[in-house]
Amino acid sequence: MAHEIRRFRSPTTEAPLARYGLMALAFLFLALFLILPLAAVFIEAFRKGVGEFLAAFGDPDTLAAIRLTLLVAVIAVPLNLVFGVAAAWAIAKFEFKGKAFLTTLIDLPFSVSPVISGLVYVLLFGSASMLGPWLKSHGIEILFAVPGIVLATIFVTFPFVARELIPLMQDQGTGDEEAALSLGASGWQTFRYVTLPNIRWGLLYGVLLCNARAMGEFGAVSVVSGRIRGLTNTMPLHVEILYNEYNFVAAFAVASLLAGLALVTLVVKTLLELRYGAEIAAGRKH
Amino acid sequence: MTTPAAVSVRWRLRQPSVIPGFGLTLGFSLAYLTLIILIPLAGLVWRSASLSGAEFLAILTDARTLHALKVSFGTAFAAALINVVFSVVVAWVIVRYRFPGRRIVDAIVDLPFALPTAVAGIALAALYAPNGWIGRLLGFVGIKAAFNPTGIVIALVFIGLPFVVRTVQPVMEEIDREVEEAAATLGANRFQTVFRVLLPGLAPAILTGFALAFARGVGEYGSVIFIAGNIPYVSEIAPLLIVVRLEEFNYAAATAIASIMLALAFVMLLVINLIQAWSRRRYGHGA
Repeated sequence: MAHEIRRFRSPTTEAPLARYGLMALAFLFLALFLILPLAAVFIEAFRKGVGEFLAAFGDPDTLAAIRLTLLVAVIAVPLNLVFGVAAAWAIAKFEFKGKAFLTTLIDLPFSVSPVISGLVYVLLFGSASMLGPWLKSHGIEILFAVPGIVLATIFVTFPFVARELIPLMQDQGTGDEEAALSLGASGWQTFRYVTLPNIRWGLLYGVLLCNARAMGEFGAVSVVSGRIRGLTNTMPLHVEILYNEYNFVAAFAVASLLAGLALVTLVVKTLLELRYGAEIAAGRKH
Repeated sequence: MTTPAAVSVRWRLRQPSVIPGFGLTLGFSLAYLTLIILIPLAGLVWRSASLSGAEFLAILTDARTLHALKVSFGTAFAAALINVVFSVVVAWVIVRYRFPGRRIVDAIVDLPFALPTAVAGIALAALYAPNGWIGRLLGFVGIKAAFNPTGIVIALVFIGLPFVVRTVQPVMEEIDREVEEAAATLGANRFQTVFRVLLPGLAPAILTGFALAFARGVGEYGSVIFIAGNIPYVSEIAPLLIVVRLEEFNYAAATAIASIMLALAFVMLLVINLIQAWSRRRYGHGA
């Protein structure tokens, strides 16, 4: 009997051999395409020791790139945060014509190549555009300057907060807000003390992803930046410049900072999903 | 809701509600959307519309443009196919099997979403270049995996992986075990159950994942340019050609190529929506 029980296998799972084979295949695939590239960033950064790694950050251009990346994120993320909350409020709390269309439009930047996201601003503000000569005569610099980089970053990170909040707030409905209003709370109080606590973890989740992309954006920013060292060079662009100069240790050193940011993002994201899964789950359904 | 009062309500923009702030939030959202997204995109469309048909055609039938488009679409298609096969296996392993570190494996799948594309690009180039760890091994068996279209496919597999896994995974989690049990009691072996019962139900999700990975791959730039070698007519992708034309101040060519890619992005968006609508009708759930 015992012999037969041991040989019994559930009909809804695979034979052990197939199971281990599939697991080995999955792990090999993930190792080749995810783990090894991530490891390579840190190994290449420390290839010549900690001294060389740290030396990369003595370069004033590198420090300027880090500062610019932080500045761009500090401007772009809060703007998209305000937009995300406003759009989610309008879309989730009200029924109106054209709602589905508006939701599709908000997702639009995800379908556009990053290079095109930069190109549209070159066409809008460049010297060959209608606005170009006027901007030039008034001494306003948008392209090849910080405003252009900020605009391109806002474009590519546009949907992150909104698409996280819309399904979440739709799931939560309007009952809590209606109760607060009927008890005499003002609109702002209702938002501040009822809605915001309900959406805070989903909001943080969206901001986290928005920030990761804002700091790491390459294609769109590279088109509008002009890559002026110390002035319009963000960290990802600086990585490219260093790499193309065969300054591999410095390139991977700056890259390792960005990879570190990505890892922190993943860890916080996973913790949020584990701990507050129910409060952000709506956003994870798609 | 079909009370006489509801029927007699005249056409209105929105349903009445006691919740305040509709005008403010919708107004701000629309203004922001228009300024940041719609006007710049409309500018691109307007610019390309101002090209004459002959000019437009000349740019698009230029041999270098055609090659770049072919490379972009071909490599994105190949990478999405590879991703479909392996990502379904990865999703299956994460959903069905219990092993130590499963949560870490699940979390790491999102790495391509979080890692800046330029970082991914130089890391993949360092690994798969002829003198890199993996590139050297592949060299022994005569495979050159960088500075040619193969390198582009490798970068696009990296970029597309989470799109397929994250679309297939939730649908896989929802599969009703009873379906498998029914198949087994009816005499199907495991192979038949998987390929003739489970996979057809996953088809819409797999197709959506494929379309998402493909669409993303066609437009991808940062992770590709370091490993591609960027040789015109061989391994030059369309987004890079846009950048090249811009640097030559050839705005007409950059605009024409961009508008073709944009049109295709919209077609892909439509296809994805159609797959999901079909899936909802056929299987009762979105992909």
